[in-house]
Amino acid sequence: MSENHENTVRPIGAASDEWPLWEVFVRSSRGLSHVHAGSLHAPDATMAVRNARDLYTRRNEGTSVWVVPSEAVTASDPDAKGAYFESAQGKSYRHATYYTKSEGVKHL
Amino acid sequence: MTTQNSGLHAVAAAEPAEQAELDRAGQEHFDRIIAEDSRIEPRDWMPAAYRRTLVRQISQHAHSEIIGMQPEGNWISRAPSLKRKAILMAKVQDEAGHGLYLYSAAETLGTPRSELNQQLLDGRAKYSSIFNYPARTWADMGAIGWLVDGAAIANQVPLCRASYGPYGRAMVRICKEESFHQRQGWEILHELSHGTPAQKQMAQDAVNRFYGPSLQMFGPPDDDSPNSKQSMAWNIKRFSNDELRQRFVDMIVEQAAALDLTLPDPDLKWNEERGHYDYGPLDWDEFKAVVGGRGPCNLQRMQRRRQAHEDGAWVREAAAAYARRTAPERAPAELIGA
Amino acid sequence: MSYASHESATRISAGTAITAEDIRAGGAKAPEDVARYALQLGDDALMLSQRLGWWIARAPELEEDIALANIALDLLGHARFFLTYAGTAWGRTEDELAYFRDEEEFRSCRLVEQENGDFGQTIARQLIFSYYQYELYRRLVRSTDPTLAAIAEKALKEIEYHQDHAGQWVLRLGLGTEESKRRIAAGLHYMWPYVDELFHDDELVDALGDVAVRPSGLRADFDARIRAILQEAELSVPEVLGAYGGDRSGQFSEQRGHILAEMQVLARQHPGATW
Repeated sequence: MSENHENTVRPIGAASDEWPLWEVFVRSSRGLSHVHAGSLHAPDATMAVRNARDLYTRRNEGTSVWVVPSEAVTASDPDAKGAYFESAQGKSYRHATYYTKSEGVKHL
Repeated sequence: MTTQNSGLHAVAAAEPAEQAELDRAGQEHFDRIIAEDSRIEPRDWMPAAYRRTLVRQISQHAHSEIIGMQPEGNWISRAPSLKRKAILMAKVQDEAGHGLYLYSAAETLGTPRSELNQQLLDGRAKYSSIFNYPARTWADMGAIGWLVDGAAIANQVPLCRASYGPYGRAMVRICKEESFHQRQGWEILHELSHGTPAQKQMAQDAVNRFYGPSLQMFGPPDDDSPNSKQSMAWNIKRFSNDELRQRFVDMIVEQAAALDLTLPDPDLKWNEERGHYDYGPLDWDEFKAVVGGRGPCNLQRMQRRRQAHEDGAWVREAAAAYARRTAPERAPAELIGA
Repeated sequence: MSYASHESATRISAGTAITAEDIRAGGAKAPEDVARYALQLGDDALMLSQRLGWWIARAPELEEDIALANIALDLLGHARFFLTYAGTAWGRTEDELAYFRDEEEFRSCRLVEQENGDFGQTIARQLIFSYYQYELYRRLVRSTDPTLAAIAEKALKEIEYHQDHAGQWVLRLGLGTEESKRRIAAGLHYMWPYVDELFHDDELVDALGDVAVRPSGLRADFDARIRAILQEAELSVPEVLGAYGGDRSGQFSEQRGHILAEMQVLARQHPGATW
């Protein structure tokens, strides 16, 4: 890629005015994690953060935003396959509700 | 259809041999999700027609938000008080935001925004016909808020439960934000109808002009709406056009009375038996003509959109060039290699 | 002469979120000179907001429609604060001041009245004005008039964003393409003759003492920061002399009449009406 650097300063091709897609994550208040809010287009990360603030926090919905190039996200297999998450389903002992003997005992 | 490689969005097609098996399993999964009234997510298998229907519907909806900025934007410079100017500016800004939420949802189906935008600019995509009517007077800002946004909300609330996850989520956000849009419109009309005789007349005139077209926003009557049935089977649409229209009429009759304005429909009356208001026939010839491009402002709206796009090309190019120049390693491959 | 702060005692205090309604309800009555000063600040913000509002639904990209609308809305908010406060001196509302003053009664500078032109010209005006306002408001927060100080504090946070927005775009236009460089340079050239008057001291400022900020005192910081951002964008400070004929005493641009004709037309068709 870097060898193209010098040559790509000028616009090239018909789609030279297209901006890439970014995924936006918003932290709605301190103490909460960033949650996916949607996406937007921006020429670069700096502008993406600004656009995200304008678009996704017009009503004080956020205290912080993250932007990630959509292409940089690696997802698990399509949700349809399901199996990826099924192994967790058989492990009910990971949940507190699995342990019933202690019912009625306080502070446990 | 272009398919993106983004991990969050639509999945690229598999090899043909493999595809048949994927399709069979996919259809089964899809049918089960729909039967459970659960949600389809971007990387799930979905029937091509479902995807196509959604892209068309969501992008039309997005285009409507964007074109819909124009009639109201037309009054920002002349709003008669600074408070109204601020409210109107915020509202039109919201519409740009709503357009973006919707384009964002449509893009998860694999069609990039540039393509959707091109469809609009080429006249291949439709947007809500109501925006092809002129916003002549300040009272139109009231009528658009009350009737047009009101009809839009009536349409949109059930869409919050649409079977396609990103669409439903966009609609939830939009409905939450739009509640102020309808109220500010009603308030504008209320101020006018309780103001000077000239103001009251302005308000009545606007309601007279927007009443019919706003009822038409729900689409053609059920017996003339071929796509509705499939959309309902897919849990995209939850109520028929006529059901939603009736619900809207029932709501606005009382609201009009509270405004001390009349609705321009001599047939409008309470039907005890049905438990609904009866309303007169709508001019579907006019509706079809306006959809077909003969509305008072079709050309003007499109011209303005194209102009903005063309005038902005050098700016978008400059920003893209700057991005390549300053951070080539972070710019997407297709922009660098092109 | 300076005004003791108790003369404009108000429930508004710096740091709280304020609205035009709060200022009215606060009951502070601006002294005449303070009101005239507030009017200048309000008129600048109002005119620029009116100009920027034009861009909504015309910007180069939808995201930018939203950004420019945000800035226009912020400025309109500032205008409402200042006009509301100014109006307390004369028993006039923000709307009476905005809609029922004639051209010669406005006190805006010529820069904010200039045509939008292309995006480059608009960004050039934004750069100059937001950098100027930043220097102004970061000093005005220490005004001995508590209402002005409170408005400035609220506005300053927003101006920082306007400044950042303009700066980011100047970098992208300056370093983007040949065409964008040409256009932003042309925009700066067009706007530059109206820079000098922003820093012009007048009798009103002399009279107000610590209530106001002396414009001439902002120039050095403004110049240094503008030079830095233009240098980073590989642009030069235009070598253009200031245009004659501008100060805030009633001299104004040809464009002002057009702006007001459009802004005021409906309100004036229905004098006394409420909306």
